Amino acid sequence: MTTTKKQLHRIDLIFKNEQDCKEILRNALARSNQEVINEMVNSGLKGRGGAGFPTGLKWKLTAEQKVDEKFVICNADEGEPGTFKDREILTRVPHKVLSGMAVCAKIIGARKGYIYLRGEYKFLVPNLKKELRRFHDILDELGLDFRVEIFMGSGAYICGEESALFESMEGKRGEPRNKPPFPTEIGYLNKPTVINNVETLAHSYTILKYGAKKFRELGVKDSRGSKVFSVSGDTPIPGIYELELGMSVQDFVDDFGDGDTKAVQVGGASGFLVPRKRFGKTSIGYQGKLTGISLPTGGSMMIFNSSRSMYNVLNNYLDFFEEESCGQCTPCRVGCQQLLKGIKAVKRGEKPASYLDKLLKLTDTMKLTAKCGLGQSVANSFSSIVENFREEMIY
Amino acid sequence: MDFQEKLVHDLVAKYGTDRENLLPILQGVIDQERYLSEEAILKIAKEMSIPAADVYGTATFYSFLDTEPRGKYVIRVCKTITCAMKGKNQIIQAIESFLKIKVGETTIDKKFTILQTNCLGWCHKAPAMLVNDDVYTELTPDSVVDILREYREEN
Repeated sequence: MTTTKKQLHRIDLIFKNEQDCKEILRNALARSNQEVINEMVNSGLKGRGGAGFPTGLKWKLTAEQKVDEKFVICNADEGEPGTFKDREILTRVPHKVLSGMAVCAKIIGARKGYIYLRGEYKFLVPNLKKELRRFHDILDELGLDFRVEIFMGSGAYICGEESALFESMEGKRGEPRNKPPFPTEIGYLNKPTVINNVETLAHSYTILKYGAKKFRELGVKDSRGSKVFSVSGDTPIPGIYELELGMSVQDFVDDFGDGDTKAVQVGGASGFLVPRKRFGKTSIGYQGKLTGISLPTGGSMMIFNSSRSMYNVLNNYLDFFEEESCGQCTPCRVGCQQLLKGIKAVKRGEKPASYLDKLLKLTDTMKLTAKCGLGQSVANSFSSIVENFREEMIY
Repeated sequence: MDFQEKLVHDLVAKYGTDRENLLPILQGVIDQERYLSEEAILKIAKEMSIPAADVYGTATFYSFLDTEPRGKYVIRVCKTITCAMKGKNQIIQAIESFLKIKVGETTIDKKFTILQTNCLGWCHKAPAMLVNDDVYTELTPDSVVDILREYREEN
C-alpha cells in the first residue's frame, strides 16, 4: 500500500508576534456589544480547555444577567497530563489573552478579572505582572474600568474544573459544585462569571483582529478554527503546534510519530486512547461525525510506541486520578481506588480476567453518577485501554 | 510578637480577613516556613476569625500546602505518564542516593525534602522537577545531581 505523505497544515495565528493590542482593543470597544457577541458566535469558537462550550454563547448568557457585579476569569490551571500549551501562550503572547479578557469584561459588564494560575507555573508570575502593568496602562488610556489580578493555585488538578476553581478562589477546598446553576448565572462569589481557558481567550483576539470569517475558514463543520496541540511521548519532535481542527489521527501520527506508533492518547488521562487500527477512522474535533469518531481534546496528544506497556500507562493514569479525586462524591472517590486495585489484582492473577468486565461496569456507573467531569471521564481512558489492549492487562 | 505571629499578622493585614484571601495567606506562610504548622493554622484562624477546622480543611486539600515539616528546598519530581516513560525512576534514584534519603523524607540538616508530584506541564521536556518554584527539565541522573549540588553548596 502506498500513501503519499502530506504534512499537516501548520497554522501561525496564536503565537504570531503582534503588538497591536491597543488598536484591536480600541476597535473592539468601539463596536456595540451585540456586534462583538455576533462576531464571536459566528466564528464558531468553542472552549479550548476541552469541554468545547461555544464561547460566544457563554459571553452572551453572562451579558444578559442583570447583576451589578460580574467577573471574567482566565482558567490557567492547566493540569491535564500531556497538556502544556497554556503555559506557552502565557509566556509568549499574554497580551492577547488579556485583550480577550478586557473585551469580554466590557461586554458582560465586569470590572474585575482574574487569572487562576496553577501553582506549578509560579515562575511565570514576574513576567505576567510586568505585562499586567503595561496592559492596565493601555486600559486607562482607552478608558475601560477593568483590572486583572493573578490568583495562584496550589497543586490540585480538580481546580481546573470551573466550579472547583471558584471554590478554591473563595478560600475553600476545591470541590466542584452541582450544576446547574452554571457560572454564567452563579460563579465566583455567586456572581455571574465568564470563565474561559487561556487559549480560548487568545483565539478571541484573533477573531477580533481578523474577523469571524477568517477563523471559520479553518477547521471543519462543527470544529472551527485552529487549536494548539501539546505533543509528547514517543515522538522525535515533541512540543507545541498550532494545527487545524478536524485532522485524522492517522495524519497526525504520520507527522509526529516515530514510525512505530502503537496508540495515541487524545485529551490526556481523561481522554481516549486510540489504537493503531482506529487511526484512520478517528478525527480530532468536537461532535459532528465526520468519517468515524471525532474526539475532543484540550490539546493533549500523547504518543506511545510498541515498546510501551498499556498496563503501565493505565496504572499511571489511575494512580493520578486516585490522588486527584477531590473525594467529595463516592462514585469517584471509591471508584478510582477500586479501579486501581482491580487492575493490579488482575495483573497479579488474584482476580480472573473477567473481573475487568466488572471494572468496566464500575466505570459506567461512575460516568452516570460522579458529580463532575473528573469522575465521569475516568471511564474514557479506562474503557478505551481495557477494550483495546485486554491481553496486556492480564498477561 | 514572634516571627510566625508577625508573618501571619502581616499577611492578613496585606490581603484582608475575607475568606477568599485564605489561599494567598496560606501560600505566604508556605513561602517562608515551607509548611503549615498547627500553630500557624491556629494563628491564621484567629486573625481571620474563621474556624481553625476550616483553615485546616482548606490547607489539607492542596498538595502544595504541606502540613508536615519540609526542608528549605522541596524537590517535586513529576511522576505522570510522560515523565515516567522518560526515566523518572532513574532521576528519583539519583536524588535519593545523592541526598541519602527516600521520597517523602527530609534531610537531617532540613535543607531538602524529596516528593513526587503529578503532571508539571513539561511533558515535551521530560523528565521534569520543581525545586520550590524553579523548574528543571530534560533531567538526567547526572544533571539532577549537579543541580542539587549547587543548592547544597550555597549558603
